[in-house]
Amino acid sequence: MTSIPADVGSRDGSRGAAGTTPAAPPARRRRRTLSSSQWAAVGFAAPLLVYLVLFYAYPLWRNIDLSVHDYTIRAFVQGDAEFVGLQNYVEVFGSSTFPTALWNTFVFTFGSIAFQFTIGLALAVFFRSSFRLSNTLRAMFLVPWLLPLIVSASTWAWMLNSENGIVNSVITAFGGEQINWLTSPDTALISVTIANIWLGIPFNLVILYSGLQNIPGEVYEAASLDGAGAWRQFWSITFPLLRPVSAITILLGLIYTLKVVDVIWVMTTGGPGDASTTLAIWSYREAFGTGQPDFSPAAAVGNLLIVIALVFGFLHLRLQNRQEATS
Amino acid sequence: MTERKVWWKTALGVVFTALMLFPVYWMVNVSFTQTRDLRADPPHWFPWDPTFEGYEAVFAQQLPALGTSLLVGLGSVVLTVVIAAPAGYALALLHLRGGRTLNFLLLVAQMIPAVVMAMGFYAVYNNLGLLNTIPGLIVADSTIAVPFGVLLFTAFMSGIPREMLQAARVDGAGAWRTFRSIVIPMSRNSILTVSLFAFLWAWSDFIFASTLNRNGDLIPITLSIYNYIGNNTTQWNAIMATAVVASVPAAILLVVAQRYVAAGVTAGAVKD
Repeated sequence: MTSIPADVGSRDGSRGAAGTTPAAPPARRRRRTLSSSQWAAVGFAAPLLVYLVLFYAYPLWRNIDLSVHDYTIRAFVQGDAEFVGLQNYVEVFGSSTFPTALWNTFVFTFGSIAFQFTIGLALAVFFRSSFRLSNTLRAMFLVPWLLPLIVSASTWAWMLNSENGIVNSVITAFGGEQINWLTSPDTALISVTIANIWLGIPFNLVILYSGLQNIPGEVYEAASLDGAGAWRQFWSITFPLLRPVSAITILLGLIYTLKVVDVIWVMTTGGPGDASTTLAIWSYREAFGTGQPDFSPAAAVGNLLIVIALVFGFLHLRLQNRQEATS
Repeated sequence: MTERKVWWKTALGVVFTALMLFPVYWMVNVSFTQTRDLRADPPHWFPWDPTFEGYEAVFAQQLPALGTSLLVGLGSVVLTVVIAAPAGYALALLHLRGGRTLNFLLLVAQMIPAVVMAMGFYAVYNNLGLLNTIPGLIVADSTIAVPFGVLLFTAFMSGIPREMLQAARVDGAGAWRTFRSIVIPMSRNSILTVSLFAFLWAWSDFIFASTLNRNGDLIPITLSIYNYIGNNTTQWNAIMATAVVASVPAAILLVVAQRYVAAGVTAGAVKD
């Protein structure tokens, strides 16, 4: 990141050097004004560049540093942790939690995305036709997204409480069996996924709705003149024309869902056992969740998570670039 | 005929919204429920006999936490805008060289999981003695909003008409003068949008609060709710009352600034 101002400076330098050749004096004058505006640009960007180095690059570098040393809490204070190379990564991959956490991350992420997207899209199509109150109701859908995650998570935790939760009392009122949503290994992951789906619907709705607004109404008019029903219109017009927006919505959803800690931690702390432990939860638990912080494996898991997030991230960037190229 | 169809849609929309907002209703309902009725079977669907015990507890115990959250939120807003607005100007209007690379880095920065940042910050703050301090938390919380802020400012400022900037230059205004008297006033809406999100994210943050500020004297409201759940699992009405109070900023922002919210959500994902 430091290379940016340095880069700009050196390019300016080389241009200045080129300008000293007696080739084109008018061009030289123009370049000099350009370079002074470049200095202004660098000046305005400087706080951000300093910020990125201090508060992004440095903590990330420290995180890598943590993952290749053996940091105990004592070594943390004294700063004499032993260098162990990739030992922490080897231990993480060999750990019995690893396959569970990977699988849970997969189920949690894809389960959340699939339902958030489907429900969000259905609601976006529903709200597309304006009717009385449609704007107000659509605005109300934003509420879950704006609440602090900890608020939503604790509300869901109480709703899914085994003995006193509203969900179980509705189920038993209809003659069902009480379900230990958060305390049974079979349902803990499903429970946190349900809460996360609920949280993600507003985001999907807003983006897909704005994508729908960009489809010209004439296309639908033409289709209905040709006798296409609502179902046919959805599959032949809405779905294909919304594909670029959908792809970006899903990828952003993936990137956000991979990171989720708050919801799961408040509802189940990743338990019982490892039943709802995702990679992010695993990392959080190792570092901060127990009385004995174990930063080195936590950092290794965290770096693994970055790699996964970046893979989807680059996919997102490619998609967005392609979309810009075509539009 | 069309009239009837429209009404049918409104009714369906109300049902969907009610289903979606049921957890929010339930939070409010539980917050007013008497302690003895919390475990009633069937549960009380409406607080006919409301109690304000929960809210009394909030105002007796949680005011410092609410104040801390407010302070952290406002600090994060100021830091985010001060850093992001000039950078957006440099990227959008001053044609910063290496701008594409910087944009790319900002997109990548948004993908880094908060838990990883928390560990890095913990290690850094541990050395600097910034653990359990408000400024430390403000800086950490601002990292959620700064990349988003720069990208949003860049997008909005690119739309400022070039003629205005040229006119300013003809009048002899330098880059700073142009920024202060043209770009900033014209970016009012984007400043509002960025501030709103920076505040909301800092207010809602749990990961940084629970890692960097866990033993602080002044803890934000999210951490306070979490501790409450841990210590006191029977008083769900008080917990839910705290949750309701913690949701107030979100509710206010939704009413006052709804169009900025929608603009912010969309700006990150869709380019027109």
